[in-house]
Amino acid sequence: MSERQDDKPQEGRPTGDQPAPEAPDETRSEAPATPDSDSSAAAAEAEAETKAKAAAAKAKAVAEAEARKEPWERDPAAPEWQEAESDGLVDALKSSFGEGVLAARTFAGELVLEIDRQSIREVGRSLKEEHGFTLLVDICGVHYPDRDQAPFEVVYHLYNLDQTRRIRLKVGTQEGIDVPSVVAVWKGANWPEREVYDMYGVRFAEHPDMTRILMWEGFNGHPLRKDFPVEGIDTGAAIYPEFYGDEAGPVAGTGTGWKPPEPPEDKPEEPVPDEA
Amino acid sequence: MVEVDSSDLSRDTLFGVEEMEINFGPQHPATHGVLRLKLKVDGERIVDCYPVIGYLHRGTEKLFELHPFFQNVPHTDRLDYVAAATNNLAYVGAVEKLLGIVVPPRASYIRTLLSELQRISSHLLWLATHAIDIGAMTPFFYTFREREVVLDLFEEYCGARLTLNCMRPGGQPYDLPVGWVERCAEFVGGFPEKIDEYEGLLTENRIWKKRTVGIGILSPEMALDYAVTGPMLRGSGIGLDVRKAMPYEMYDQMDFDVPVFYNCDTYDRYLVRMEEMRQSVRIVQQCLEKLPEGPLMAKRPRVLKAPKEGDVYHAVEAPKGEIGFYIVGDGTPNPHRCRGRPPSFYNIQVLPEMVVGGRIADLIAVIGTTDVVLGAVDR
Repeated sequence: MSERQDDKPQEGRPTGDQPAPEAPDETRSEAPATPDSDSSAAAAEAEAETKAKAAAAKAKAVAEAEARKEPWERDPAAPEWQEAESDGLVDALKSSFGEGVLAARTFAGELVLEIDRQSIREVGRSLKEEHGFTLLVDICGVHYPDRDQAPFEVVYHLYNLDQTRRIRLKVGTQEGIDVPSVVAVWKGANWPEREVYDMYGVRFAEHPDMTRILMWEGFNGHPLRKDFPVEGIDTGAAIYPEFYGDEAGPVAGTGTGWKPPEPPEDKPEEPVPDEA
Repeated sequence: MVEVDSSDLSRDTLFGVEEMEINFGPQHPATHGVLRLKLKVDGERIVDCYPVIGYLHRGTEKLFELHPFFQNVPHTDRLDYVAAATNNLAYVGAVEKLLGIVVPPRASYIRTLLSELQRISSHLLWLATHAIDIGAMTPFFYTFREREVVLDLFEEYCGARLTLNCMRPGGQPYDLPVGWVERCAEFVGGFPEKIDEYEGLLTENRIWKKRTVGIGILSPEMALDYAVTGPMLRGSGIGLDVRKAMPYEMYDQMDFDVPVFYNCDTYDRYLVRMEEMRQSVRIVQQCLEKLPEGPLMAKRPRVLKAPKEGDVYHAVEAPKGEIGFYIVGDGTPNPHRCRGRPPSFYNIQVLPEMVVGGRIADLIAVIGTTDVVLGAVDR
C-alpha cells in the first residue's frame, strides 16, 4: 500500500489552484535595442541566450508550482514494473526452488512472482506452511492471444495474515497442458480452479472435480477467451441433439452469423459520436 | 386372508436408513436467489450437499473487457446488488491504483461514508431475510423501516437506491446535497437505539438461540482453508478485516473496533454483524465530523488509458467479506482483463462443510448466515 500513502489529507495546506509566478525577465535590458549589421550574429546569439534563460526560469517556476501542488492536482503517473528488491521471501523461494521461480518483480508495490508450471503446487505448499500465506484469496485466468508461448495465465492471489502482505503468483500454460491443482494445499481452490477451466479451458491436474461451474455441462467453448464472440454462440449438441451430433455445433470464435439489419435507404446514416 | 411375507418389508426401506436425493432450489425463497443444492438426505439428516451455481451468470467479466474504465462502474453495481457502493469502491480503487491517480480527501471521506452506510443497509437486509427464514417475521418490518432511510439517503446523493453507480475513477461525481449531512447525522444518531430494538427481539430470544447456537459450525482452520472472509471469518475467531489490515480511503483515520466472536456458529455470526452495524455508526459519525472542504475529482485525463503492461489487485471490505478487483491493462482505454473477487463465491463454497451431518431445517439457517448474494457468486 506504499504507493497510496500520499493520498492522506495534509491539514493546513491550501488546496486551491496556485498559478505559477511569472518567470523574472531580468535579461531583457542586456539585449541591444537596435542591433548593428556587424554585430547581428552576436545579437542573435545574445537573443538565443536570453530565450534559453527565460525558458529555463519558466521551467523551474513550473516545476516549483508542480511541487507545491497537492498529489491529486498533478497529472497521474502510472506505476512501472521494477525488479523486486531483495527480500527474505524471494530469496528463500529462489534458494529452495531455483529454476521454479522464473521472475520476481513489483508493480504498484505488489510483488509478482512468475512460477514454473511444474512447481506451482510445491511453491504454494511452501508459501502456506513456511511463509504464512494461509489465505488463498483468489485464482483467476487471463488470456493473452498474442503470446506464442503460454497464451493462458493462471493468477493466484495470496495473503499473509501476520505480515498483512499480499503477493501474486503467475503460471503460464497453453491449450492442452494441465496445471497442477493446488486443492491439496488450499481447499478453497476447488471452485476458482473449476471456474478457470470453465472460462478458459485450462485444466488442472489432480483436481477432485474438474467440471464446469458457471456454464452447464456440454457447453461448447470457453466464454472468457478473447476469441469467444460477445454475442454468444449457439449452444450446440447439449441442447439441440436432434441437430448436432456429439461435440458438434457452432465453434467458439466463428460467431453466430447474425448481422445487424440494413439501415433504411431513405435516411442518411447518423454520424457516429466520437468516443473521446 | 392374504399372507404377507414379512421378509419383503425390510426395515431398511421403511424406517429411514435409505438415502434419498432431493433438489433444493434454484427457485426457493430460502436460497436468497438462485442457489441450487443437490442434497442427499437420510430422513432429516443431510448426508451430502453439492451446491450448483451459475443460474445468474451474466458474463460480467466479459462485459468489463468491452467497455472503457468509466463505463464499467455500473456493471460492478450488478455484482453484489445489495451492496453496490463497496463494489464501486473496489473497482475504482483498482483503476486508480493502475493509473496512479490520487483521490482528493473530501471525495475519499464521502466514499468511506457511503460504504459504511452501505454496510448498514446490507446487514439490515441480511437480518430481515435471515430472521424470516428462521421464522421470526417481526424483525423484517423493523429493519426495513431503517433500511428505507438509508436508501433515501443514497437516493438523495446519487438518484439511485440500489444500483448506485456513485463513484468514478478519480473521485466522486457529486457533492453531498444541501442538508444531507444533517439528515444523515440524525439517522445515525438514532440508529443504535434501533439496533437495541432488533437485539431485544432476537438476541436473548429462546427460539432464536435454539435455532442458531451451535448450528453451522465453521472452524477457524476450515474458514481459512476455504478463503472465507468477512463476518463469517470473524465469527470463527479470526479478526481479519481489510479496513484494519490494509487501510484504504480514510479508514486509517477512523477510530473503530473489529468485532470478533469465537464460537464459530450461526449465533456468533449474527452477533458479529449486529456489532458491525454499531461500529459503522461510529465511522459514519466521524466522517461527518471530519468531512473537509475541497475538490471532489482528481486531475486525470478524459480518457483513461492503462499502462501498456501492468496489473493490480485492490481489495476492500464489503459487507460480506473481501471484494477485490484484479485489473490487467494493455495500453488501451479498456481493461484487458477485469476479475472481480466476490466474497460470496468463497463463502458459499464452504457450505457443505457446515451443513453435512446437520438437519434440513438447519440448512436454512446456515444459508442465511452466509449472507449469500448470487449476483456476486455467478457474476
